[in-house]
Amino acid sequence: MRDVAVVAFTQAKSVRAERDLNETEILIPVIHDIKRGAGLETKDIDFVCSGSSDYLAGQSFAFVSGLDAIGAWPPVSESHVEMDGAWALYEAWVKIQTGHADTALVYGFGKPSMGDLSRTLALQLDPYCVVPLWPDAVSVAALQARLCLEGGVLSEREMAEVAVRDRGKGKSNPYAQVTGDFDVDALLAEPTFVSPLRRHDCSPISDGASAMIIAAGDRARDLAERPAWIRGLEHIVEPQDLGIRDLTTSRSTQIAADRAAVGKDKIDVAEVCGPFTHQSILVERALGLGESVDVNPSGGALSAHPLMAAGLTRIGEASKRIWDGSADRAVAHATSGPCLQQNLVCVLEGA
Amino acid sequence: MAERCGIVGIGQTKHDSKRLDVSMVGLVREAALRALEDAELTWKDIDAVVIGKAPDLFEGVMMPELYLADALGGAYKPMLRVHTAGSVGGSTGIVAASLVEAGVHDRVLAVAFEKQSESNAMWALSIAMPFSVATVAGAGGFFAPLIRGYMRRSGAPEDTGIRVAVKDRLNALKNPYAHLHMEDISFDLVAASPMLWDPVRYLETCPSSDGACAMVFASEKLAEQTQTPPAWVHATAMRSEPTMFSGRDQVMPQASLDNAKALYKQAGITNPRKEIDCAEMYVPFSWFEPMWCEGMLFAEPNEGWKMTYEGATALDGDLPVNMSGGVLSSNPIGASGLLRFAEAALQVRGQAGEHQVDGARKALGHAYGGGSQYFSTWIVSSDKP
Repeated sequence: MRDVAVVAFTQAKSVRAERDLNETEILIPVIHDIKRGAGLETKDIDFVCSGSSDYLAGQSFAFVSGLDAIGAWPPVSESHVEMDGAWALYEAWVKIQTGHADTALVYGFGKPSMGDLSRTLALQLDPYCVVPLWPDAVSVAALQARLCLEGGVLSEREMAEVAVRDRGKGKSNPYAQVTGDFDVDALLAEPTFVSPLRRHDCSPISDGASAMIIAAGDRARDLAERPAWIRGLEHIVEPQDLGIRDLTTSRSTQIAADRAAVGKDKIDVAEVCGPFTHQSILVERALGLGESVDVNPSGGALSAHPLMAAGLTRIGEASKRIWDGSADRAVAHATSGPCLQQNLVCVLEGA
Repeated sequence: MAERCGIVGIGQTKHDSKRLDVSMVGLVREAALRALEDAELTWKDIDAVVIGKAPDLFEGVMMPELYLADALGGAYKPMLRVHTAGSVGGSTGIVAASLVEAGVHDRVLAVAFEKQSESNAMWALSIAMPFSVATVAGAGGFFAPLIRGYMRRSGAPEDTGIRVAVKDRLNALKNPYAHLHMEDISFDLVAASPMLWDPVRYLETCPSSDGACAMVFASEKLAEQTQTPPAWVHATAMRSEPTMFSGRDQVMPQASLDNAKALYKQAGITNPRKEIDCAEMYVPFSWFEPMWCEGMLFAEPNEGWKMTYEGATALDGDLPVNMSGGVLSSNPIGASGLLRFAEAALQVRGQAGEHQVDGARKALGHAYGGGSQYFSTWIVSSDKP
């Protein structure tokens, strides 16, 4: 395998509803900043890959106008996944492994405020048997939380502690959306939103985008003082049907973490994409994170959750800790689908 | 650097306007099981699954790969979903091949599909977005002016498109999986069909199809063990450019020409017309055959129509094009690109049945999409690269 590293990352500030800009317009300054920051022009980049969802935009081929944001002229070698940008990173990493590219620009973007996100996500379920019931995304997650609580896997207090932790750390992240100092007891005194979930258990709905540049070997060393080397990059999907998998663990995260050798050495920083507090706990356990790990220094998905970019952003945030030397070894996680159906794990190292 | 990659299994569904006998799961499994059977493998032999399809609004399921992962043997394996507009089927094959070429996996299953009968593609392509001009004309309305532009600049005879339509429907009669089997196809029938989007007649247009295509890719060592010799991937290329900007040549996009040059360079091809034995190209409207003959550098600019006119692209011509009947005979949109790629592989494996080109050893698979702006292509061969 070729050595490949994350050398640049930028993101838009997450907002609940970006009223003045469309998806492409959110993306343009992000792409502009990352290219300028890295000192690269489009022609210097061998491969481009993006992640987004037509259903968020409510339009077929919504990603096509992303080509305007990157300035795809002369024409570029380019691909797109209908997945979080973290999987676009995976495709780009594979492309570099084939030897057909040395550098790649990866981006993810989404504007869920265009519709009713929780209902839109219901359309990910079995179209014949489940979707006619319109189980919205928060209710589906609530079922999972209920299973976890009744199974004694975790407690409402532990869930609230995740919200307090992440939103407290999010205060130092200028791109985050919902941050601040909260008190666990006060949160637990709040009424439930979709039982057993309270408002603080749910990630915000965020419009946003992020972009990353990765490069192989010496090219990476040229572009970054201390590149964040990708030492493990694995992803696994589970069957979707909620009745045929154990919703109180994240087996796919576990398998991906094993393959990425997360446990091989000490982890300093973890960036976990948990759209709901109980999901964050399940992922943290599946990753096997120890007490000393700094989890979600960026505030995680509970502080900002730009769907289709949030997973890529976790990898970008973990890379930043490698670049600034505050971590030697970090793990980042991305998720997709109802109840943590699909998970990606990325191990980054400074050496 | 890149490992060698062989295609060891190919499968497709019977394509039809409404496959009401199967769900989406049933449709994709029909193709996938045929590919596995061809490869003499089972689900457990597959390391990863790559799924491709065009816009999710075409079925009304958001990211349907999540729902389909289990049915495609993807449980607790890596699964990717590719979407690069109409070229997506081709891109799906390329991404699957790259997983093997990168040395990441030994065996990868690629599946591309569209079940257009679940929704309405014309509606899905015509949603009015704020601050943008809605064409409300579907794909035909978008491409007709580009075809008119080609006719003007090339001076091609007006009946070139009709000849393509007849040839492809005749080829489809030899392909049991094709959607359209028009026993009565003739020049006069096509010429007399209603004008849909001037200059595109009804019978110069692709149908709307339900269908799926699947392929199994294997590393060199495993590919060598198969009964039927594999098709070896010699080169792959993808190029994209923005939909519109001042000065863009939409008739003969730079991305097509750049893609062709990159592909041939990687494959070591210097004279594509001579060195390639047959080509399966994405021709959803008849006139795109001569246009892509130029776009793939088989002909000089404005002379692609001569290949059609002189019969060079017929099944017995010197460079047969769309032996399967092409997109004009079956168009499950998301699968259409992979079907092109699969036909190229079938040809070099000698598996194309009645539409087999004698002695085909090197073949082109081609797909395009968006507003003539996404291109994905590959060269496969019976010989190792």
